[in-house]
Amino acid sequence: MTIRQQERPPTSVRAAVSARGLWAGYDRSAALEDVKFSVPVGSVVGLVGPNGSGKSTLLKVILGLLRPWRGEVSVFGRSVNEVRARVAYTPQAELVDWQFPVTVADVVMMGRYGRLGPLRRPGAKDREAVQRSLEQVGLAKLEGRQIGELSGGQQQRMLVARALAQDADLLLLDEPMVGLDISAQHELLDLFEQLRGEGKTLLVATHDLTCVAESFDAALLLNRRIVAQGRPEEVFTQELLNEAYGSHMMLLPIEGRVYGVHHRYG
Amino acid sequence: MADLWSWLSEPYQFAFMQRALMALVIVSIVSSVIGAFVVLKGLAFIGDAVAHASFAGVAAAFVMGASIYIGAVVAGVLTALAIAFVSRRARLSFDTSIGIIFVGAFALGIVIISRENRYTVDLFSFIFGSILGVGRDDLLLIAVVGLIVVGLIAIFYKELLYTSYDATMAAASGIPVALMQYGLLALLALSAVVALKVVGIVLVVAMLVTPAATASLLVRRVPLVMLLGALVGIVASTVGLYISYYAEVASGASVVLVATALFALALVFAPRRGLLATWTQVPAGQL
Repeated sequence: MTIRQQERPPTSVRAAVSARGLWAGYDRSAALEDVKFSVPVGSVVGLVGPNGSGKSTLLKVILGLLRPWRGEVSVFGRSVNEVRARVAYTPQAELVDWQFPVTVADVVMMGRYGRLGPLRRPGAKDREAVQRSLEQVGLAKLEGRQIGELSGGQQQRMLVARALAQDADLLLLDEPMVGLDISAQHELLDLFEQLRGEGKTLLVATHDLTCVAESFDAALLLNRRIVAQGRPEEVFTQELLNEAYGSHMMLLPIEGRVYGVHHRYG
Repeated sequence: MADLWSWLSEPYQFAFMQRALMALVIVSIVSSVIGAFVVLKGLAFIGDAVAHASFAGVAAAFVMGASIYIGAVVAGVLTALAIAFVSRRARLSFDTSIGIIFVGAFALGIVIISRENRYTVDLFSFIFGSILGVGRDDLLLIAVVGLIVVGLIAIFYKELLYTSYDATMAAASGIPVALMQYGLLALLALSAVVALKVVGIVLVVAMLVTPAATASLLVRRVPLVMLLGALVGIVASTVGLYISYYAEVASGASVVLVATALFALALVFAPRRGLLATWTQVPAGQL
């Protein structure tokens, strides 16, 4: 009996996110059908799937911003509302208003607002947390810049810094790699690596299968339902990708790297 | 020198001119603090709608013999909340629901008034404004409502800022986003009503938008937009009042025209976002 308990798969306590029988959508059309998965604590997991496969919807359900029709989702074994301060979200860069008159430090400070609660103003401790987060992502020198003056890679690192200032243990990132050049991508992936080393859990919605294959611990292949989950090399087989992408995604091995290529472009 | 001094001080020997300037200074500050959010979130049309719709409340209060201000406040706040509610629930675009509701409310005001045969000069001062007719009671009311608006924005500043910047991120952080959005609209309605008596329904939106928009071309943080916007409003008010006094033209419109001129200057000469600066630059996105 005792041995069995030790061998019990790490679902409830060791899962940063776990979902079962999850249905969700808008109006009457389902965007997620009977979704079941779990994200282990301390892992970097890529959430991949074609456009309209429900990636953003799934992130919203995990965040508690969209109520599921059926099923349950838990974050660190609890309802997200009980652990909201431990969860941070970074939206797609194209949905952020980069002309908004705030500085880099202002946005990172917003990560502190949830913990501060109403009526309290940021104090010395909060400013220290902001400073630490900016240093960790390498933006300390740019703290006074208006956010529109940042490059794409710097913008993403600023959004990650906001999550760090919040002291979040789980980061949900929506398409952080879009529009970044190779060196900016590598900087961001190095940062992910560093965060995993600190025990953080990252769930990253992305179109970039190559990044997931090379740098992430696991992949969740989504097309309204979970097509496959597991280590990237187990998930990114031509057969499973065909199932998710309807044979529009081809695997192209080039010089030892494997690239996921959209068929219509290739 | 003495001539200049007497030229400058002459208008203010009249108590009504002193009250006019004080009212304009308060309206400038209040409009600019809420105006920063209006400009950033593209709520200008709502400010205009609320000002027009409050006419229904003004008319109803006038007919019932109640306080015109209370009528305007009630109608203005109800309109703002109705607009937000309709666009959230009926999935109509914001400007469509604004269009429907404010025209409806304004028409209701006209219908109520058309039943009334009394001499309604007092009522029409709300449409075109009567800076020089601001009484002591009006001034007190403007100050109190203005203080409430600025005070609430100061108290909930970080929540309002976060919600305006990115509502989804704010909601994910546990900020009550819907409450903040409704609250901002209610405060916008109060500010519009404050400006109503001073510049009139037609020009309220100019006080809400022009100074804050001018400031947003020049500075790059929200509190500075508020501060500089208030300054722009105050300068426009002062200069506009002199023009109105010496050139004997409508005061509300003079103030608004000066503000518009200041905006035009900023648009051309702003160091980074002005036309002169951007003509010689590569667009920021391509750097």
